Amino acid sequence: MTAAALAARPRAALRLSKTRSILLLSAVAVLLYVLANGHLTLPLDTQTPLFTALNSFRDWMIANRTAWFFVFFFTPVREGTAGLVDFVTGWLTTLGWVGIAAIAGALGLVFVTWRTGVAVAVALVLVGLLGVWDATMVTLGQMIVAVALSLVIGIPIGIWAGRSDRVQHVVTPLLDLMQIMPTYAYLVPLVLLFFIGNGTATIATMIYAIPPAIRLTALGIRGVSAETVEAASSLGSTGWQVLRKVQIPMARSTIGLAVNQTIMMALSMVVITAFVGAGGLGEVLLKALEIQDVGGSFDAGVAIVLLAMVLDRLTASASQTSDRSRPGADRVSVADRRRLQAAGITIAIVGIGLGVTQSWAHVFPSDFSLSFADPVNALVSWLEANAVWLTSGLKDVASSWLLDPLQQVLTSAPFWLVIGYAAALALVVSGRRAAAVAAIAGLAIAALGVWRPAMETLTQVLFGVVIAMVVGVAVGTWAARSGLVSQIVRPINDALQTMPAFVYLIPALALFGPTRFTAVVAAVIYAIPAVTRLVEDGVRGVSVTAIESATSSGSTAFQVIRKVQLPMARRSLLAGLNQGVVLVLAMVVVGGLVGGQALGYRVVQGLAQASDFGIGLSAALAIVLLGVMLDRITQGAGARREVKRIEDE
Amino acid sequence: MRRLAAGAAAVAVIVSACSGSSATPAPTAAASAAASAAPAASSAAASQAASSAPSQAAASLAACGTVNIADNPWVGYEADVAVVAYILKNDLGCTVNVKTLSEQVSWQGFPTGDVDVILENWGHEDLAKTYITDQKVAVDLGSQGNVGIIGWFLPKYYADAHPNLMNAYQQADPAKAVATALNAVASDFVSSESGGKGQLLDGDPSYVTNDEALVAGLGLNFKVVYSGSEAASDKAIQTAINAQKPILAYYWEPNWFDSQINNQMVHLSLPPYTAGCDSNTKSMTCDYPPYNLNKVASVSFINSGSPAVTMIKNFKWTNDDQNAVATDIALNKMTDDAAAKKWVDAHPDVWKAWLAGTGWTGN
Repeated sequence: MTAAALAARPRAALRLSKTRSILLLSAVAVLLYVLANGHLTLPLDTQTPLFTALNSFRDWMIANRTAWFFVFFFTPVREGTAGLVDFVTGWLTTLGWVGIAAIAGALGLVFVTWRTGVAVAVALVLVGLLGVWDATMVTLGQMIVAVALSLVIGIPIGIWAGRSDRVQHVVTPLLDLMQIMPTYAYLVPLVLLFFIGNGTATIATMIYAIPPAIRLTALGIRGVSAETVEAASSLGSTGWQVLRKVQIPMARSTIGLAVNQTIMMALSMVVITAFVGAGGLGEVLLKALEIQDVGGSFDAGVAIVLLAMVLDRLTASASQTSDRSRPGADRVSVADRRRLQAAGITIAIVGIGLGVTQSWAHVFPSDFSLSFADPVNALVSWLEANAVWLTSGLKDVASSWLLDPLQQVLTSAPFWLVIGYAAALALVVSGRRAAAVAAIAGLAIAALGVWRPAMETLTQVLFGVVIAMVVGVAVGTWAARSGLVSQIVRPINDALQTMPAFVYLIPALALFGPTRFTAVVAAVIYAIPAVTRLVEDGVRGVSVTAIESATSSGSTAFQVIRKVQLPMARRSLLAGLNQGVVLVLAMVVVGGLVGGQALGYRVVQGLAQASDFGIGLSAALAIVLLGVMLDRITQGAGARREVKRIEDE
Repeated sequence: MRRLAAGAAAVAVIVSACSGSSATPAPTAAASAAASAAPAASSAAASQAASSAPSQAAASLAACGTVNIADNPWVGYEADVAVVAYILKNDLGCTVNVKTLSEQVSWQGFPTGDVDVILENWGHEDLAKTYITDQKVAVDLGSQGNVGIIGWFLPKYYADAHPNLMNAYQQADPAKAVATALNAVASDFVSSESGGKGQLLDGDPSYVTNDEALVAGLGLNFKVVYSGSEAASDKAIQTAINAQKPILAYYWEPNWFDSQINNQMVHLSLPPYTAGCDSNTKSMTCDYPPYNLNKVASVSFINSGSPAVTMIKNFKWTNDDQNAVATDIALNKMTDDAAAKKWVDAHPDVWKAWLAGTGWTGN
């Protein structure tokens, strides 16, 4: 039976419920597997014509660095970006730590509250105490340039997309792709085009940070009610006037959010870009890990979290304050505002003056320091000494009872069966278009010649998503039902989301060894916060009346969860599943650094070895394709239900 | 944009010069902008030299400018960088940018000016051909003194218990003897990742490795498992040694990690290397060659006239020297500068010889 015939089959079964269709499909797939396993499994050949051709292409690019496209495009773009970064970093250094802390404090004071001003200044002093001031300024310089360029490019595109449906339709799938694409995956082609250095690092950061700038700006513009726009037009405003006087001002707070989100996305690239010579905090962190100094990398991680906090507080609140229509909440009189501004300007000027002229205020004094390294290292050695028997047992059981059998099935199934099953699932769950996308993505992976590692990666991703969902749903539901749990879980989630994943990789390595299981653990830890949050939100949103009627009819707490809260929060659960898939997949390459092998390892190899460029680039593309495939299947599930829900209402 | 960067550099230098601050505020002004920003860069360097090494007569030296040193991701290399950078900064008044990069990526930095020098190159004949012979953007600066051994290593207690395995390479048909001896103990090395075969743990993908070809060529019942990074391999080795369990791993010397594990890893000799025995990249039966580690620099750096060029040409030390500094960095958690200072203070005769011909007149 061909993939097409298999995909066609469920159409007849569409009248059955979705669950039954999926069961039927799975039964057919199992039958076919029994008949055909071991055939057309596409084992990996590391020297295919495609890989060789890509290698030659790379060699040709490197040998032709004087060709016009380098001279007139890539090189100037890289040098220009690098020049900007050097310029900004130079100024950050010149102002001295007191100057920077004073400016940040003054911004907080003037645009937010005096408390925020003090908090950001203190946070920056803490960064200095952690002994990483210089590295932080290097990182901050890159962040400022990457974010500024993202906004300069992203906001106009966002405005355009907000005003034109056609542009929106073109831009949306591109943005989806940019966000599904694991960050590490595009370092391979970027290094080829731009080479290494802080320019390339900044460009990589932009690619990741620009989608929210575009998306949220478009959302803000679209959020302005049609009546308002019509009213303005009927009064004779031109398109430009409507934009400038109505749409942009009214979308201001959403655009402020775009700025904030762009900064947060950019910060999550700090460690990844250290792989292409970005320097800064990412490099400090990686170097500490190289010598297994978890405590040292934790300090650098804390500095990244503090920097994120400073930028978040300054921009998140600034976007709210600039929205003058916002009612209530600490509104300040004009006179007070003037006084605050005067105070802020004074503080900034005095701080800059000190920072530039006084050596103690310029270079952070090394006499004072703060470090979590020793207690963290002590904790890690204790874990290594006392928990390994448990964790290595857990790893062995999970590997031989779950990972191995699943991987065995996926790698011994004929490639057409896996693609056919995926496409058929997509058809049942998300419709014809999703099925086509899934099938094309699957065939493309096969064509790239990395089918086998892709199946190994798929094994880890499926396993990781299941664990992330189980933990996420359990914790999320619990947190939604108990305020105390919610209060405990929230800061842990915040920390897990901002702290670079690399920090907890070494302890994970000590506990589980360089294995696929470690890679899965890293991915699960990365995905759980988002899943938990979405589940908690969804369960919380279930109407109180529904729960009360269930409770009054004698349902136990467990019954309420199972029969009322989870089913009614279905949309959030599916959104959680979708996020879980995307986030687990985003960690595939990082997993390759700790024994995950498969596609992730091949990408790392492609970046490191000239002779493996071809296979590395193919593996990077395969990760993206796998992401598109899984995303389309799961996203479709959420969207379809949403449509149905709206129809039902 | 170049002009902007240069202008920024100039402004920044002027601001700091007027303020009398002691730091070097000049933006690193990417080597590309260095030409137009030359006065700025040199004055920055001079101001730093004057402040951080007041005892040296900076005036008699040619301006050093900025040196971009690639720092490949292993601690022995970091030790090279620590000492060289320390001397460049403190004795020659250079501005040193250390960039952590993998080996192959480092070479790519030569034509763009992002990398001026690699201090510890392990072979890489293909890259040498591309960048030294074909593109002529880099030159070999000669040996840096360290001798590298890459190969398969085992814990000492395991080696002691299996003399036949360790001596197999001396038999009449070494390839067959090594293969037979290894296959006989393959079951000792099975892991959750090796699918029932023995596990050969490989490390960071950027390192030179022939291990897949060796497993194929020797006909071993082993599977190459990639830990993915040095840190991951080291952790696995340490865990095995703590538990006194067998492990077969790709490893190399000089290696700072030896001091962490009390030199517990010993080299398992494969059939000896002969020229050309590694030409078939899919199947081979011979051990890795010994590596005479060398330095490589970009042509633009060599032609810059900086005294740093002479110093780096002269840089040469022993495996023991490197291990001492690497251990201070990795195990004793000293900063690069502190570890370098400790070694520099203890070995004045060694490093003063490196400064011959630079115009350095300190003591």
